[in-house]
Amino acid sequence: MDEKQKNMLELVAYKIRRHVLEGVFSAGCGHPGGSLSIADILAVLYFDEMHVDPKNPAWEDRDRFVLSKGHCAPALYGALAEKGFIPVEDLKTLRKADSYLQGHPDMRKIPGVDMSTGSLGQGICCANGMAIAAKLDQKSYRVYTILGDGELEEGQVWEAAMFAAHHKLDNLTAFIDLNLLQIDGDVRDVMNPMPVDEKFLAFGWNVICVDAHDLTALRGALDHAKQCKGKPTVVICKSIKGKGVSFMENEAAWHGMAPNQKQYETAIAEIDAKIHQLSAALA
Amino acid sequence: MADIKKVATREAYGNALKEFGEKYDIVVLDADLSKSTKTDGFKKTYPDRFVNVGIAEANMMSTAAGIASCGKTVFASSFAIFAAGRAFEQVRNSICYANLNVKIGATHAGISVGEDGGSHQAIEDISLMRSIPNMTVINPADSVEARAAVEAAILHNGPVYLRFGRLATPVIYDAENYTFELGKGKQLRDGSDVAIIATGLMVPEALDAADTLAQEGIHARVIDIHTIKPIDKDIIVKAAKETSFIVTAEEHSIIGGLGSAVAEVLCENAPAKLLRIGVQDEFGRSGDPYVLLKEYGLSAENIVRQVKTNL
Repeated sequence: MDEKQKNMLELVAYKIRRHVLEGVFSAGCGHPGGSLSIADILAVLYFDEMHVDPKNPAWEDRDRFVLSKGHCAPALYGALAEKGFIPVEDLKTLRKADSYLQGHPDMRKIPGVDMSTGSLGQGICCANGMAIAAKLDQKSYRVYTILGDGELEEGQVWEAAMFAAHHKLDNLTAFIDLNLLQIDGDVRDVMNPMPVDEKFLAFGWNVICVDAHDLTALRGALDHAKQCKGKPTVVICKSIKGKGVSFMENEAAWHGMAPNQKQYETAIAEIDAKIHQLSAALA
Repeated sequence: MADIKKVATREAYGNALKEFGEKYDIVVLDADLSKSTKTDGFKKTYPDRFVNVGIAEANMMSTAAGIASCGKTVFASSFAIFAAGRAFEQVRNSICYANLNVKIGATHAGISVGEDGGSHQAIEDISLMRSIPNMTVINPADSVEARAAVEAAILHNGPVYLRFGRLATPVIYDAENYTFELGKGKQLRDGSDVAIIATGLMVPEALDAADTLAQEGIHARVIDIHTIKPIDKDIIVKAAKETSFIVTAEEHSIIGGLGSAVAEVLCENAPAKLLRIGVQDEFGRSGDPYVLLKEYGLSAENIVRQVKTNL
């Protein structure tokens, strides 16, 4: 990936973060922490990897994306808005009674959402189903999903991990957002899922470990996943919860809390400074 | 009774999948029970469209949703206790919330499972499944109706819960002349003294009960409700207006199943005296299926007794 593309993707990621903050602030509730930590992954997926068509969201040969950690919907909606699936101005209606932008992704209401999620552990199984369907139909589309590290505590994830390896779903790439925090605190204190890499290796997956905010590394992981035949790939992404907003970074409290007016203004100022810097570099 | 043909509805389900697998592009999932749920016939005939998920029913339901999201019609099979019970929330959120084309083939429903005992006898599944928005619930009375129900489920756009039994039960319908209409009950006998509204294996019992009652001058109407949701309000209201009381009969808890569904219709449209025959808020246990059915009051004899006592 060249420097220009990298800057472009980073800019997209910060725009997604801005959308997250605006959406959660106008809703007065939601999940900013884990949404901010997956912004870079979404930027690479939607702007450097997936074959999708905003003008034809139901295109049957499109690549699929499932947000298994569905509570981070604000980040997905931000990516969909940047890509042109939904109008940017609609993002401020997040979670409102007259809006189609549900608190968790709803495939029946939102163009570009491939699967309704929110109940943790189920999304990766749905992604498996899509990957199986591609194989049944001898189609070449690929399937991507993002899980949280706390989500790994759901037993259903490991049923899915066994299934994907057993059925050799090499058209599936799962990302683990390893930000190490869940609602009740550090994942290692609440219910330790470590070592995540060894577990997936033991289940028969191709395992790649990267920095969740290193766009070049994410690009490389996706290339590596495509070359791996006969196995699903998991990209374990060490991330910073709340990434991009200094006072939200690595704070479990920001898992499911909206900023107040002052916090919002501070956060937006930080994000905007980054956006201006990246825009200037691109110009 | 020896000359009555008996076939388990699970057999009919398996045969129907195999039969309709040629006509329709369906995918079948099972959770290590294909020999019991009878999906193994489909598996042998169409191995490319059969997926074994192993002993992981929760995973099966969400995986089925994913496959269905790509435009396919998917059957997901297990015992009713696991399909509706263990995987309830996956059925609700992965399948029904997204209104996907997944048909749940739930076999081994009710206490007629027999010897495996209470842990495996689902008596709450209708209650659970009919409470979920977008879900259609079908409980066929015999093997002929079961076959037709499978095709109706394929043609219906949206999730369907199909309830089948392990036990071979009487075949009451003529395969040549049978037609299935989703959401429409079937009046099998006319009568104005009492209406017996039954579902599943209680339909043949209700017919036997009506025969016995007729000998004593009591004219019982018999209605087969194969579709519990959406329920046929018209046939129930008509029965309430034209008979002096209603009896429901089901191999399910009296809480939340057919009895409750009929009570809801009656209370809102045509209040009538109602008696619910079913499992009386208790678990099943091990034993010969027919011994259990008799002891739990799921028999023609008990229907006759209850009608005579309450008429």
